[in-house]
Amino acid sequence: MTAVMPDLSRFQASGRETCFHDRHIGAQIYAGLDGRNWRLKDYEARGGYRALRKVLGRDGGGMTPDQVVAEVKGSGLRGRGGAGFPTGLKWSFMPRALPVQKYLVCNSDEGEPGTCKDRDILAYNPHIVIEGMVIAAYAMGITVGYNYIHGEIFELYHRFEDALREARDAGYLGEGILGSGFNFQLHAFHGFGAYICGEETALLESMEGKKGQPRFKPPFPASYGLYGKPTTINNTETFAAVPWIIQHGGQAYLEIGKPNNGGTKIFSMVGDVARPGNYEVPMGTPFARLLELAGGVGRGRQLKAVIPGGSSAPVLPAKVMMDLTMDYDAIAKAGSMLGSGAVIVMDDTRCMVDSLLRLSYFYQHESCGQCTPCREGTGWLWRMVHRIEHGHGRAEDLQLLDSVAENIMGRTICALGDAAAMPVRGMLKHFRDEFVHHIEHKRCLVGANEAALA
Amino acid sequence: MTFTEDTMSRFAQEVAKFPAEQRQSAVMACLAIVQQQHGWVSAEAEQAVAAYLGMPPIAVREVTTFYNMYNQQPIGRFKLNVCTNLPCQLRDGKAALDHVCHRLGIEEGGTSADGLFTVQKAECLGACADAPVVLVNDRQMLSFMRPDRLDDLIDTLKAHAR
Repeated sequence: MTAVMPDLSRFQASGRETCFHDRHIGAQIYAGLDGRNWRLKDYEARGGYRALRKVLGRDGGGMTPDQVVAEVKGSGLRGRGGAGFPTGLKWSFMPRALPVQKYLVCNSDEGEPGTCKDRDILAYNPHIVIEGMVIAAYAMGITVGYNYIHGEIFELYHRFEDALREARDAGYLGEGILGSGFNFQLHAFHGFGAYICGEETALLESMEGKKGQPRFKPPFPASYGLYGKPTTINNTETFAAVPWIIQHGGQAYLEIGKPNNGGTKIFSMVGDVARPGNYEVPMGTPFARLLELAGGVGRGRQLKAVIPGGSSAPVLPAKVMMDLTMDYDAIAKAGSMLGSGAVIVMDDTRCMVDSLLRLSYFYQHESCGQCTPCREGTGWLWRMVHRIEHGHGRAEDLQLLDSVAENIMGRTICALGDAAAMPVRGMLKHFRDEFVHHIEHKRCLVGANEAALA
Repeated sequence: MTFTEDTMSRFAQEVAKFPAEQRQSAVMACLAIVQQQHGWVSAEAEQAVAAYLGMPPIAVREVTTFYNMYNQQPIGRFKLNVCTNLPCQLRDGKAALDHVCHRLGIEEGGTSADGLFTVQKAECLGACADAPVVLVNDRQMLSFMRPDRLDDLIDTLKAHAR
């Protein structure tokens, strides 16, 4: 009963709103895209695969794997998936000379609420990811790779397979790439709806055909990864940054951003902004400038709060955000994190209890169930926020929320427990009065939900 | 349960991506293909996939039940997943879900009496800047789904099914 589907293309995004809006600053990954020019010939016309030619010595000299790793180290490129770990350092952990099968994995399981930057890379510039992965594979002596793509963006799984076919036919993938002695096979893999698979070891379990339940670390994937073999996993945007670094040099990349925070970063501006979308800007761009690019808060409202790095990041109040620059170190210093680069903007009509309720529902829904503090604690958090929101909160609930959150953190195999606890603690730290008001008056301080509570 | 030649050929393309001793890696892709063909993943289908990949049926069941997008029972001809996570909620994602449910006269998670529509609340679909978003039959992501466009979508799908 395969349902033949009617044409629904008029309901689909064109990318104009989120990606080709000419409101980037110094775009590298999104430069020159229009939605139609994602194919190999277009990418080559934009200078694509020149970095790979440079590495493999097709246009002269060539680079050794050590030189590639050194260039990436010098660029200050840090993991764009959420943790911000230095990419060059991660690559240097790979036991390159070990005579076993090694794997390279791209984490395109983009499911951190607020984030849709990798989707636009895969949709409109898939070859930049392929080129970055081939260069990474060369640097680490890896011959097989996979791109794990979020199941919900299934159309892009097909698009990536199309791009892979083009790259294979042109000799950028496969045996003896561009006439060199280097071989690399790359395949597409899709998820099917599990937030937890964005966690790198859950992703590996999923790739092995199992439930996506995270593994204990150590051992880290560099020593025990896919099928127990050495594996390096990087985010889509991280790989997409590599060709520019090789072409222009690590130092040039570093200088675009801030010390220890090199390059451009794509921010997904979502929620209460006039122009939601992805904005590629130099690392260290002031938040105020980013908000301006996204058209401001809109509807004549005032900025109230921002979750600056995807739903797992602690919320920050407007006055902190307006003085902040968008880079790993500045946001960490302010008590939150850059995370995946999703910037969830909330205006002054938003109730923080209601917002936290939705996030807490999400984490209890997506906990894999493996560790007791997370499995039980995320549900407990959700039930408490639920009763506070609905006018049944108890005086002792705020202390209990804090205690449950504190007892989840650091007591689970993976970071989902922390990701569920951090928003709770952030909300209580900065917007405690709203929670107190809900408990004491059984109604909302901002008035947005008075009807629901009546 | 036996699969068509076309299905088997799609299975084989997925299996070919992995080392010969790691056929199990193709289980998620095979189950997604089964669901696309049959609308859901039955116990018989799980057993057939298990036999094809050389893994225990319970290991296949673990995958079907762990990942949100597998349908463990028959559903409507059109599955509409509406994201209501916080970034979408801020841009009327919840209102979009309520609108669709109201239009079809069903509760969230339910199937319309004519068997055409199943509506589910979804977690992050990864298209937050396009909110409200609706994923149709696990494949097509529809963006900026305000009430007028939702009505248009429902009418379009109904007309197609006639």
